[in-house]
Amino acid sequence: MSLLALQRDMRLWLTREDGDAAARLGDDTAPGLRVYQNNYRAQLAACLGESFERTRDWIGGEAFHRAVVAHVDRVPPHSWTLDAYGRDFPATLAALYPADPEVAELAWLDMALGEAFVATDAVALTADDLTDIDWDRAVLRLTPTLDLGDLTTNATAIWSALAEGEEPPSVELLPEPGAILVWRQGYTARFRAIDQYERQALLSIRAGMRFADLCTAMADAFGEEAGIARAGRMLGRWIGDGLIVAAQPSAIRRR
Amino acid sequence: MIPSFGGFGLGLRKPHYADFLDTRVAVDFVEVISENFMVDGGRPRQILRDVRELYPVALHGVSMSIGSADGLDGAYLARLRALVDEIEPLFVSDHLSWTRIEGFSSHDLLPLPYTAEALEVVCANIDRAQEALGREMLIENPSSYIDFAPADMTEWHFLDSICARTGCGLLLDVNNVFVSASNHGFDPIAYLDGVPHDRVRQVHLAGHSRGKELLIDTHDRPVPASVWDLYAHVLPRLGPVATMIERDDDIPPLADLLAELDTARRIASGALREAA
Repeated sequence: MSLLALQRDMRLWLTREDGDAAARLGDDTAPGLRVYQNNYRAQLAACLGESFERTRDWIGGEAFHRAVVAHVDRVPPHSWTLDAYGRDFPATLAALYPADPEVAELAWLDMALGEAFVATDAVALTADDLTDIDWDRAVLRLTPTLDLGDLTTNATAIWSALAEGEEPPSVELLPEPGAILVWRQGYTARFRAIDQYERQALLSIRAGMRFADLCTAMADAFGEEAGIARAGRMLGRWIGDGLIVAAQPSAIRRR
Repeated sequence: MIPSFGGFGLGLRKPHYADFLDTRVAVDFVEVISENFMVDGGRPRQILRDVRELYPVALHGVSMSIGSADGLDGAYLARLRALVDEIEPLFVSDHLSWTRIEGFSSHDLLPLPYTAEALEVVCANIDRAQEALGREMLIENPSSYIDFAPADMTEWHFLDSICARTGCGLLLDVNNVFVSASNHGFDPIAYLDGVPHDRVRQVHLAGHSRGKELLIDTHDRPVPASVWDLYAHVLPRLGPVATMIERDDDIPPLADLLAELDTARRIASGALREAA
């Protein structure tokens, strides 16, 4: 048997417990194959357990275990890093819990916080850094740790309560779909629930829209005074949260 | 050839980060799992930078997959190279095993058949890795639970051949020798006498557990007497070598691991005195 054929058979054994593949790997290999099968599944289960702590708290240990088994059966790992294995787990949970959207939203939040924790470093600008900026021309660059997910429920409140060891609130559907904003400030991964306007504003800024054009868009949506005031409040919050890491053209005074 | 480094170290694990950063721990080096730090940024990478300022660091990988029949992952090598350039490690090591084939990653160290074909594959992969990293690597003997037959050579002959052909060094895991010898019925002394001693730069010591049918390399308990005995046997045959305790599960307080490391120091001192 060639090395490639042997390795394909090992993959078949690990991912599907394929008996024919196991038989081709040789006589007397059954005890060892059981060890490798156990190690493979245990490693993936441990990874998901560590990465989706709040999701497990919410649905309970037994239900979480069933979801992990379903995911390991459905999705073999593809990346060299185990950190990547959880990326498809929210989709598995969405399929398993179609009537409970908060489950997949909690899982997305668990996953996104983990990714933000090790995302690319960038130093946030402060309000002082932005005092001399030409706001008519300014294009803001957002932290590379920023991520946005769908939010239709109060999953962020549930997550916070679980993290604090408090009784979580009952599930509620939001009056309008919003979004979860996740980023890292310093070394701490953070999140907050935002509305669709702020989500769209962040997506536009990230795509390179000038801040002045965002103000115009907000004025069109809410009226001149209210729209610009709203854009200003968002900007103040973004600066306070450490979301802005650069502004061009650079009339910025770096301390 | 990779320069020798004689000393005693520990695997750096999360529960002990603060100990290593807040106090000067009595070790000559620490070893970290490379993949845990092959991230874009954040606290883990900064912790490694801070540790590196205080201790020599060995990078020990688990996902290079030098036994993959379809070659190495270029993106993985690029990330590891970036880490190597930043940390300037004492050693860069990975295992004589495979974890990846055609886009599938097992995240477990899978065994190789010790055939002429596998030797060609492994040597080609080590050559590529060493070129990408700009330095020679250490290759660690694995614990294994399957002995593929028929083999063209023993594991220690296989290791000897890859050292001769690629210039790599060896990370000799004495516990893995014991576990595989027990599982496959070979003589661990013959193994330890058969490896190319002049290529061994690092030694791992760890504990194992007994499964239903086989010994399992669990790294979740102290080094047993059987492994200390093998360490005492092989040490006089080696040159200056970096010895460390590897503990990955049920991690005890740092003081317990330092006490085990003192045992390693005592055994090393006695074995070398006896040999002289």
